[in-house]
Amino acid sequence: MTLVVDEVTKHFIARGQEVAALSPVSMTIETGEFVAFVGPSGCGKSTLLNMIAGIFQPTSGQILHDGTAVLGANRQVGYMTQMDSLLPWRTVEQNVLLPLQIQGQPRGESVDRADALLRMVNLAKFKNHFPLELSGGMRKRAALAQLLVYDPGTLLMDEPFGALDAQLKLVMQGELLKIWEDTGKTVVFVTHDLTEAISLAQRVIVFTGQPGAIKHESRIDLGTGRDVFKVRFAPEFHDYYETLWAELAPEIHKGEEL
Amino acid sequence: MSLKSDVLDGADERPNFKTAAVLAHEAQASRRRLILRVLQVLFGVALIGFWQFASGTLVDPFFISSPADVVKTLWRWITDGTLATHLWITLYATFAGFGIGAVVGFTLGFLFGRWDAIATVFDPYVTALYCLPKIALAPLFIMWFGIGIESKIAMSAVIVFFLVFLNTFGGVRDVSQIYINAVRIMGANEWQLLRVVILPSAAAWVLTGLKVSVPYALIGAVVGEFMSSNRGIGFLIAQASGIFDTAAVFAGLVVLAVAGASISAVLKRVETHVLRWRG
Repeated sequence: MTLVVDEVTKHFIARGQEVAALSPVSMTIETGEFVAFVGPSGCGKSTLLNMIAGIFQPTSGQILHDGTAVLGANRQVGYMTQMDSLLPWRTVEQNVLLPLQIQGQPRGESVDRADALLRMVNLAKFKNHFPLELSGGMRKRAALAQLLVYDPGTLLMDEPFGALDAQLKLVMQGELLKIWEDTGKTVVFVTHDLTEAISLAQRVIVFTGQPGAIKHESRIDLGTGRDVFKVRFAPEFHDYYETLWAELAPEIHKGEEL
Repeated sequence: MSLKSDVLDGADERPNFKTAAVLAHEAQASRRRLILRVLQVLFGVALIGFWQFASGTLVDPFFISSPADVVKTLWRWITDGTLATHLWITLYATFAGFGIGAVVGFTLGFLFGRWDAIATVFDPYVTALYCLPKIALAPLFIMWFGIGIESKIAMSAVIVFFLVFLNTFGGVRDVSQIYINAVRIMGANEWQLLRVVILPSAAAWVLTGLKVSVPYALIGAVVGEFMSSNRGIGFLIAQASGIFDTAAVFAGLVVLAVAGASISAVLKRVETHVLRWRG
């Protein structure tokens, strides 16, 4: 499930002006890799993720997922955003079942699988609750179960934990790392939080301000089986942070001057 | 009351947190509900009592009749079958009009909401028709459909149509793009999108439209009956006022009020059930 982004650009037309969101970007993400995109707001990192998911098409260039071009909604990926996308009129269990239902899977097996995932994210007791009856963290865990239920090879995550408080964020990051290590899925993770990017990813890609382009790339060698609570105190962590911050900071300031 | 808050084991479907404090809270809430219910009944009794008292002492019964006379008339209608015949006609026109108006309103509202082009093309015409007082159409309907039940059904359908149409249109427009994208990524086709996201999301609006339009469906039917007819509760009222039978006018009004309130109560139940996810 190699993901190849080949000279991809994206222009939007807004208020009578053509805005370049992404200047040519190329990268290759290997199967099982955990990659984080960081960059200032409006640098096109979410736009790139949306194009990988097939929500919209690049203006030029192409995206190959496992050798085939992504032309419509990409069914091989699971997508999680900062927004709550659980359907509020469905119970937690019905929400987790939804992807399987859409694929037309037999109901019996689906229910077993959904229940197993709900147990994994510790929500078995709440499966008959509606999303509005849950806390923000519980909703995120339900969304995670929904994301994993149809076993997509690649997970696209756009600031998935952005709306959570600091402690809950750490807990969710820990759960995500564990899932990634257990399943060997490819993860593309967009964030503006450098600490989050370094704690989780094997590779961090820094984007420039608008129009987005790749500015810098760092491999993060903090080993496998990381503990998100402790990894930030490792001396190497600080070196990565310094290097990446030196690349990222000017982009953020550039954005402020506009 | 003990301070111990032991968790009572309830249905294992949902975790149950009924501690002593919760039970006390619920008891208080139900006491409050009871008191309010009693006040509700007392007000009604007082109102009817005052009406009975005022009739003949403060106001000439020619104008306001009296509860006793109204009940007598109602009883006569019930026993001689007048009520059943006429109420049936009015309700039939109401429900037929409601059904037609709701189905057409929902379908068009949905199409307009989903396809911008349709909405843009027809917008001025729909707005113009909407601004027209619907009652002004009654003479036309009588010309087209005669003085039978058809003209009442048309009257009621046209009123219901706009309410349901506008609410469905708003509801379909209001569906969050986040949900649409999320479900598309899961691989949903247009039909699944409609069934899983758009209809449930619009349901709140559509139901509001349906709920609001029930009394209007009744109004449509009754107005039609006032204008020209030989059956229905509207006809009974018009006829009674023609012969200055105030008790019968009030009896007709009571029947309409009870019928309208009953239908609304049923719809409220349905709404509460369908929208229980709103927490």
